[in-house]
Parts: sequence; C-alpha cells; structure tokens
Amino acid sequence: MAVDSFKYLPKSFIPMFENIDIQVDGSVWAPLEKPLAEATVAVLTSAGVFLKDSQETFDLERERREPTWGDPTWRAIPSDVAQEDIDAAHLHINTEHVKQDLGVALPLRALAALQADGVIGKLAAENYSVMGYQQNGCEDWRATTGPEIVNRLRHEAVDAIILAPA
Amino acid sequence: MPVLARIIEAAGIPTVTVTMMPDLATKTRLSRVLGVEFPFGQAFGMIGDLAMQREVAAAALRLLETAQEPETRRDLDITWPIDTKTAYRDWQPPEISPIVAASLEQIRKARRDAAK
Repeated sequence: MAVDSFKYLPKSFIPMFENIDIQVDGSVWAPLEKPLAEATVAVLTSAGVFLKDSQETFDLERERREPTWGDPTWRAIPSDVAQEDIDAAHLHINTEHVKQDLGVALPLRALAALQADGVIGKLAAENYSVMGYQQNGCEDWRATTGPEIVNRLRHEAVDAIILAPA
Repeated sequence: MPVLARIIEAAGIPTVTVTMMPDLATKTRLSRVLGVEFPFGQAFGMIGDLAMQREVAAAALRLLETAQEPETRRDLDITWPIDTKTAYRDWQPPEISPIVAASLEQIRKARRDAAK
C-alpha cells in the first residue's frame, strides 16, 4: 500500500505540507557496516518522553508563552526503563498513549524481543527522546542536540539507529 | 526530526526513519524512510500490541539492512485497526497547541480587520 502522508492531518494543514519547499544539502548515507544480527541498535523518539523522577520535563510553559519556540533539549532513556518511570510532555499530540505504553513511540520491548530472537545483536543500553515541535529552524538541534546525541551514540558504540517522529 | 536523522547519518551512523508523513521525509532526502499510515504519536503501533510494534520495528530493521542507496522509501502495509474518524480524534492533544491557537487568533484578527 502507498501510505497517505496526510490521512491524519487536519485538512487545513494539508496544503502547507504538500507545498512545503525544503532545502537540504544533498542526500546523506552511511552504510550498515556489520550484519544486523551483530549490530547494536538504538532508537530515538520525538514524543517528549522523559524519566519522571530523575529528568526535567520538556519546557511546555515557555512554549505556551512563545508559541513558535519548542524545547530543543534531549533525554536519555535506558533500555530497561519501567513503564511507570516514564512521563511525556508534548503539546502537539495526545501523550496519553505513550504514557500507557512506551512501546507505541519507543519500542524497547519489541527490540528486546528482536534481540532475543537474534535479529539484532543488541538493543543499546541508552535510547533517546526529544520533543518534536521545533518551529524555528532547528538551530539548537543542529548546534547542540544533534552533535551531543552523535557523541553519545559513538560512546555507546551504536551501529544503527531507528528514529521515529511522533 | 529529519534534521537529527541527517546529522546522525552524516556522522557515519546509519539511520532509518519511521514516519507517518513519508512524503515530507523524502523531501528532506533522508537515507531510509519507512512510511506508516498510523495516527500521530503511535509510530510503532497500538497500545499493548507488542506483535504490531515488533512488526514495525522489524520492518525498519529490514530497511536498514537492505537499502542500497540514499532516499530509499518503503511503505508498510498495515492498516490501523480503528476507524479513521476515531483515530483522528484520538491523537489530538487535549489542549489546542500554542502555535495553532496563535494562528487562529491571527485569522480572527484579519477577519475583524477586513470587516471594519
């Protein structure tokens, strides 16, 4: 089937996304350097997930005051996190789903099962969360969040990563 | 999110992006895109449905392993098991997002100004 990219968008938003002109500097490509069955795989969500007892929430109050600003920071989520230890902050989706089941946005249990079956070598010990609403050109993501996550991925010897916009 | 995918890929770590809006992702020329026709906020499937979440994750992994060139897109053949109207209503945030509220206020103001 061909996915309808606009099926769940408000109708008034569709022309904006259909006609959006995005300028990027060419394509990017990094080959998978080892068989998946030997690879360490991480996952990153933009659902605004955080650890409720040890991490700060994403800053929704500032976004309420400055509607074109979105919190550009990131959080590390351990692969063995318990459902009751996570919370989520995001003003553009219904976060109740991920609060009930982290797996809808950060499929750690599914990847652990795939590891157990030998499909991947290992689920990374650390996974990542950002808050996906970044209206103002993503400058902080380019300057800080992106490079910091790259450093962590290298530190954790991650071979590949699945990203999932919320 | 495409910004982060491109930064990570450019740093030498292969990425695959699972997205409800693959048309938009391909415009950003990502390396590997897996389209899912799911409501926002639930890229890997339904609450409590580990089999569905696993199927989506496995499809993303297959794409990581099999894509041979940049800008490879696959669309996943899974139909969301809830009717569209209900699913649409269900993904909406409980409060109107600040940017939408601000945009609506601008539209109302423009209409008021035009009516003067």
